[in-house]
Amino acid sequence: MAGLLKTADTLSQDDAESWHIVAALVENKPGVLFRVTNLFRARSFNIESITVGSTEQVDLSRMTITTKTDERTLDQLVKQLRKLIDVVEVRVLDSSKTVYRELALIKMKAEEPTKRMQITTYASVFRANILDIDKNTIMVEITGTPDKIDAFKNLVSSFGIIHLARTGVSALPRGEY
Amino acid sequence: MIGSEALVRALEAEGVDFVFGLPGGANLPMYDALVDASLRHILVRHEQSAAHMADGYARIKRKAGVCFATSGPGATNLITGIATAYADSSPMIAVTGQVPLAMIGKDAFQETDIIGVANPCTKYAFQPRAAVEIPETVKKAFYIAESGRPGPVLIDIPKDVQQARENIQFPDLIKVRGYNPIIDADLSQLERAVETMIKAERPIIMAGGGVILSGAFSELQAMAELLMAPVVTTFKGKGSFPENHPLAMGPIGMHGHPEANKIIIEADCIIAVGARFSDRSVGRFDEFGKGMTIIHLDVDPAEIGKNKAVDIAVIGDVKASLRTAVKMLAKHKVVEKTKDDPWLKRRKELIDYYADTIKDYPRELTAKKALKKLREILPSDAIVTTEVGQCQMWASLHFDVISPGTFFSSTGLGTMGFGFPASIGAKAAKSQATVVDIAGDGSFNMTENSLAVSVLEKLPVIVFLMNNYMLGMVAQWQRTFYNRRYMGVHQNSCPDYVKLAEAYGAQGIRAESMNDLEGAIKKALKNDVATVIDIAIDPEEDVYPFVAPGTGLKDMITGA
Repeated sequence: MAGLLKTADTLSQDDAESWHIVAALVENKPGVLFRVTNLFRARSFNIESITVGSTEQVDLSRMTITTKTDERTLDQLVKQLRKLIDVVEVRVLDSSKTVYRELALIKMKAEEPTKRMQITTYASVFRANILDIDKNTIMVEITGTPDKIDAFKNLVSSFGIIHLARTGVSALPRGEY
Repeated sequence: MIGSEALVRALEAEGVDFVFGLPGGANLPMYDALVDASLRHILVRHEQSAAHMADGYARIKRKAGVCFATSGPGATNLITGIATAYADSSPMIAVTGQVPLAMIGKDAFQETDIIGVANPCTKYAFQPRAAVEIPETVKKAFYIAESGRPGPVLIDIPKDVQQARENIQFPDLIKVRGYNPIIDADLSQLERAVETMIKAERPIIMAGGGVILSGAFSELQAMAELLMAPVVTTFKGKGSFPENHPLAMGPIGMHGHPEANKIIIEADCIIAVGARFSDRSVGRFDEFGKGMTIIHLDVDPAEIGKNKAVDIAVIGDVKASLRTAVKMLAKHKVVEKTKDDPWLKRRKELIDYYADTIKDYPRELTAKKALKKLREILPSDAIVTTEVGQCQMWASLHFDVISPGTFFSSTGLGTMGFGFPASIGAKAAKSQATVVDIAGDGSFNMTENSLAVSVLEKLPVIVFLMNNYMLGMVAQWQRTFYNRRYMGVHQNSCPDYVKLAEAYGAQGIRAESMNDLEGAIKKALKNDVATVIDIAIDPEEDVYPFVAPGTGLKDMITGA
């Protein structure tokens, strides 16, 4: 009779890892980020990025966590997050019904004018902005999905990236979702 | 009113009658406020014991026990006791002093970031930064500690906040927006669970600590009797079901009853009630429950699927869930099982088989015989705590709990030194009860200075000290897995426990034979001071059966 009745809590035994976006509303007070990250550390949850910022409500912050994990671990991550007293709401967002963006700043070597031209061309294709230019370097700001940023990074890596700063993903569900 | 007065008043408003603690520089204002308080302060000799006493008190009362410590080392000494309570879901309020606000972060004398330290082993940790916040903080702390899956909550109060004189209000109602424990289970899930239980041919109930925490004893018994299902417990669940009941099978696990370990792997449906499928209970996660239907009732949603994927989950307070399940079961026509039912016959068969198979250790006085004798003489409602190690596992195997909710041990964290202070806390919670700590010498050493507390505070308990002058469980593992290469396990006949007891004004009785032991237990029961019964146990006596770590219940070893 095993397996007769499966609940939502019974997740597939498939331990294939995939990429997930977890959105949490948390109390806007000191120590909350510590509690969340300490939980991830204590239970060995691997996360790719975490962002925290203010929301339309002054006493709430929004945390967006991206993680590459299997379904069972994701289920535990969500349940353990919900258990934290300072965490008010947790959702796993379906990426097809979610707008999610990341911002990256990339500073590259660009001594020769031809290189600068090339970077500028690439930037316009990716709708990236040139933020700063001096004699030897150029800094680009790019916004988009992590994939798009990866693609741009790979494209310009041959120029020699001096510094790269990524913000991590912020996400909001579309429409009524 | 100043902050510390508000603290004590808020504790009184919660019905607190005992505080276990030790003062220091950063909590002096709290101690000053205690002078005029109605609650009783019990002075400990080490803060770890204060936390264990509060824990023992909480397990009896099923409401939060309270302990106090100063900042820095006082607070860190509490941590072992707090972590013990967290692992066993025991409600506790730990109140620590902290250096003044302006000194925080300056590495001040006796400053520790106790909020950071306590974070992984508390349900929540508060640090009120103004005296006006204290009453609301206390109310929230009790609500969080005692509701849902209970656990410890820390309140860390900077000294200047304790001393600040402000116009302090006491709220009647509080709300914690991110905390909404589920009490009543989803009825359709419960109905599915009940239908599945009824259809099972070989159902087994696995009762965990959650049954004890929610006091669901009569509900559990009613369900077992309606289903005519044998009941095994986890070690934490020992005493959730009377162990002399015709359906009782005793604890499963690493040192579980052999018939319990055997029957659970033969079941077709496991009904886990307030249990968390710990490694010590179930052995290998991948092997346990394979091919069976698992129904899991628990108050904590995060326990569902954590160690073991289950077929039906019923989230809610197990007392409420069981009460509803019993009503549903009564409505369904459960086919009455007779003594000839093959499953019940199998139960009897296994019990008889192992009664003949497990060999007794060849000695006049053994741990097994000592515990059987203790059970024979003790009143059935006596409260028993245990230390950790061989003594604890012998207690699990050989000491039957008759009255539900009278057996307590550090089962999750496995804290040596827990049993004795916890027994004193239990005595504080229920002064008319006989309280016994089933101890070993290694564990008792860790908190034996609580003898002073037991004697001076007139909270007499019996320390049933099964003394082999060994860290016996470690020695057993060194015998079993390390080819008898002993290291760091010998206590070399030190100390003399009779003299130790006497030094504290308690009584010590040495027992070298079963006859001595019987006399000692009877004498201890009549004593009105703490009694240490120093029982000579052979250092080679092992605990069997044994499920070695990393193996499954089917791999149980029944003897050397």
